[in-house]
Order: sequence, then C-alpha cells, then structure tokens
Amino acid sequence: MKDVVISDKVMNIPPSGIRKFFDLILSMEGVISLGVGEPDFATPWHIRDVGIYSLEQGYTSYTSNAGLIELRESIGERLSKDYGLTYSAQDEILITVGVSEGLDLALRAIINPGDEVIIPEPCYVSYKPCTILVGGVPIPIATDKTKFKVCSEQIKKAITDKTKAIVISYPSNPTGITMNQEELLEIAEVIKKHNLIVISDEIYSLLTYEGKHTSFASLPGMRDRTILLDGFSKGYAMTGWRIGYAAANKEIIAAMTKIHQYTMLCASIMSQKAAIEALQNGRIYAQEMINEYNQRRRVIVKGLNEIGLKCDMPGGAFYAFPSIKATGLSSEKFAERLLFEEKVAVVPGNVFGNCGEGYIRCSYATSLEKIEEALERIRNFVR
Amino acid sequence: MLEPKEREILKILERDAKATPDKIATMVGIPEAEVVSKIKEFKDKGIIIQYKTLIDWEKAGEEVVYAFIDVKVTPERDVGFDAVAKRIYNFREVHSLYLLSGTYDLSVVVEGKSMKEVAYFVAEKLATLDHVQGTVSHFVLKKYKVDGEILEPAQEDKRLAVTP
Repeated sequence: MKDVVISDKVMNIPPSGIRKFFDLILSMEGVISLGVGEPDFATPWHIRDVGIYSLEQGYTSYTSNAGLIELRESIGERLSKDYGLTYSAQDEILITVGVSEGLDLALRAIINPGDEVIIPEPCYVSYKPCTILVGGVPIPIATDKTKFKVCSEQIKKAITDKTKAIVISYPSNPTGITMNQEELLEIAEVIKKHNLIVISDEIYSLLTYEGKHTSFASLPGMRDRTILLDGFSKGYAMTGWRIGYAAANKEIIAAMTKIHQYTMLCASIMSQKAAIEALQNGRIYAQEMINEYNQRRRVIVKGLNEIGLKCDMPGGAFYAFPSIKATGLSSEKFAERLLFEEKVAVVPGNVFGNCGEGYIRCSYATSLEKIEEALERIRNFVR
Repeated sequence: MLEPKEREILKILERDAKATPDKIATMVGIPEAEVVSKIKEFKDKGIIIQYKTLIDWEKAGEEVVYAFIDVKVTPERDVGFDAVAKRIYNFREVHSLYLLSGTYDLSVVVEGKSMKEVAYFVAEKLATLDHVQGTVSHFVLKKYKVDGEILEPAQEDKRLAVTP
C-alpha cells in the first residue's frame, strides 16, 4: 500500500467547521440548539402517509434515472404557477437526491479543470468544497459590506477570462437575506454580459416572508443559462427524505442526468411518491409552518437586537445572522463560550466564509418557547 | 371577513391563551396597542368566548368519565331544536352539546365522576325530557387528541444538534 492513501484533492479540503462543534454538544445535557439547519416540524402527516402507503403497495424498485414522470410534471406545474417558467417534464427536469446532489451534478456537468466559480459569501458550506472536488476554482466574494447581498460591481471585479459560473442562493443560508427582483435584475445584466452560467440554489424559496420569491431563472434571458435547484427539505420539512430537483435547459439536464445515472441511478421511489403528494396537496400545510417561522423570526430578531446583537430583519429561510462584534469576541470564541456558559448552541459565522467572522447563525427552526429561553440565556451571557 | 393579521392574532390565542399582547405584537409585526384594541374588540363581539386551560384530569389522578350521548328528539313547533337543546345544556353535567346531521339529532357530551353517575344522569334527566325519543350512550375509553392537542407526550427532537 502507498504511504498516502487519500487523494491530494480530498486531503486539501478542510473538514466542515460545524463538525467540531457538533462533537462538543453531544457531550452536554440541557443544551438549547439554535444550530439546526432543518425544520423542527416532522413532515406533514399526509405526506408521510403516502410514503408509508407506497411501501405497502410494493413501490420498492428503481425509477427512471430522471425520476417519476408524474413528479416531474408536478414540478413543472409548480414552476409555471409560481414563477411563470416553462420546463419540459420530459427533458428539462431531473429528480435529485436533495439539492446537495443537484449542486454536485451541476458543477460536474459544466466545470472543466481550472474553471472559476464565483461564490458570494457567507454561504452554505458545500459550495466551495464541491467546486474544488470537480477541479474548479472557487472565487469567493465577501458580501458583509453590502448587507449580505451580492451586487453587480462585486461580480464584475471577480470575473476573469476563466470564470464559468456563479452560485446564487437566496433566501440565504446562513444570513436569511433575500434579494428582490430589482436587485437580481441588476446582477443578471452582468451575468449575461459575461456569458456566465448561474447555479441558483433556491431550496428556501417557499420560506420567503416579505413579498414573493423571485426565481433567478424567471428573469429575462436567464432561463437558459440558469440551473435552478430546489427541493422539498425546507418548505415541506422533508430533509431526511433526500429529495430535490434540478431544472435547466435540455443540454445541461442531459449532462447532469448522464452523471446521475452512473453515480446515483435515481432518487428513492418512496421519497418521489411522497414528493408528488407534497406538491399536489401540501401547500396549505407548508404555509402553516411558514406562518409559524415568520412569527418566530420577528421574536428572535427583536430579542437579539434588544440584547445588543445587531441583526437586520431577514426576509427568508429560518436563520437570523446577528453581529457579535460588540462583544469583542471572535465568532468561534463566542459560540464556544455561549455553549459552555449558557448551554445555547449557535453556529459561528466564519464557518460560512471568512466574511462571516463577527457573526453567528441562529436558527429559529425550533419552538417559540425554546427560542425565548435561548434569548434569555444569550442575554445573561452577553451581560 | 377577518384581515390576515386579525386571523393570526386569533390563531395565536387559540393555541396559547397566555400569549401577552406584547408577544403577539412582535409575532404578528404590529404595534402592541393595536393588538390590545383588537383583542378587546374580539371579546366585545363574542368572537373570543373565553380563555380556558386544557387539563388532563386523569393525569392529575382525578376520576372523570366522559360519554358521548346520541339523542333523537322531536323538534318543537316554532322553536325547532333550540328549545330542547336549551333544556339539555343547562344541566351542569353537560360538557358540550352539538346539533348534528344524520341518524341522531343531538350529540351530548356528559361529564361525571363515574360511569354510574353518567348513566344515572342519562336515564333520569336526559331520556325523560319531553321530545327526547331515545338515547344511545358511548363512554370514552381513552382520549388521544382534544381540541387540536395530541395528549401523548411530545416526541423528542430527532434532529442532530447542529447541522449545516
């Protein structure tokens, strides 16, 4: 056996900063966690029931690589109804194992070694490592000076002749920030001018509290250069089902499907059946959860600001991203001490990119009672 | 018709009567004074009927028996079912009373300390009322969900404590 078993590429990727924290928390009792990036609701019962029923009916086989046509058709209808977008269920929609797989497929389908991918930060922890794994070069943009919204000037500056794509993700994990149509139009101009492909991670699309979510693909001229990624995890509280989808032009979907058929084959049939139910009958139940997040959002943001941790009102997802700079602590130190001294878990902002330093991510996907208790403990800690 | 914010206030109070106007104001995103005046308006109009507490008497070790009694009645001339209903709901033992479509007319929920007490009430008071043609009693053996609340202890959080 060779001395070094693991590939250089993998060796050079740092492990997720969240991991370290997770191990600490496991050893403690009575912790209130604001560190969870998934809904606190179980999947609505009518969806679970369809999953169970599908097993009883003997739906235990593979599906076509692209996924059940009925599901792709339902997704097509949803994209048309919500955004006015038209995608052919036949060859422009692919069912993926969550947006995580969709992201990986998208990058693999379009990136040649050395291609640059612009990634506005702070952002979800996978974008950079996944880019590196496919041989691309991540080019981060710090958005902490622009209210965590990426703007056209910043993109212009980051573009080189090697730039192939940009990852856009609003509502944002970790900041909860949304961008409205006008703001997105401005960056769409630059993207068009420099002929970039957009990987648009819209997994939090349903969790938009102010106005309506604008899909990047729905902007003029953007449909054919956008790989729209969405899924069921957040809006329908289906994280463990691992089910999502990609919508893009034929050529890109064909390429993604090619990789998907060799690596994943297909998403689980039970999850696909459940996802059909979610799309066809689940919107009102999803809306109930969204209304609750919205109430908690106001409570947590008000609370954080009263404590002195300055926090803009986020328009989507289920995260508040307050500044902890006033405490003089680093994000990691703050999170670590808060955990040990007051037993509240939050995620240090720097985990999501260097410019997240000085911030923490507080998830409000937890009950109002726990949020109130956590705020009380944070108040004690900051005092 | 209710405004969305009005509905939201009522939904919050329906689940938690103890929610303070201050807290409701934050949750809904309107000034506290507006919440106070809305709540007063709801109370005045009889939209908010009462603030109550849901209690699991069994857990407290109290003997409580509930029975659903189907009642078939002859409606009275001019006043229909309402007059009969009034005669029934005024009994202290009657916990709830509904007029139903279908085979029976009224559904009476009777509360008592024992099956005997409930049975006695039905036989002596309910079945003997004028216009009552017949009754069928169903005793409650176990409560699973009451007024939208599941009585089983809440399931523990199955999520990992920190996820990306």
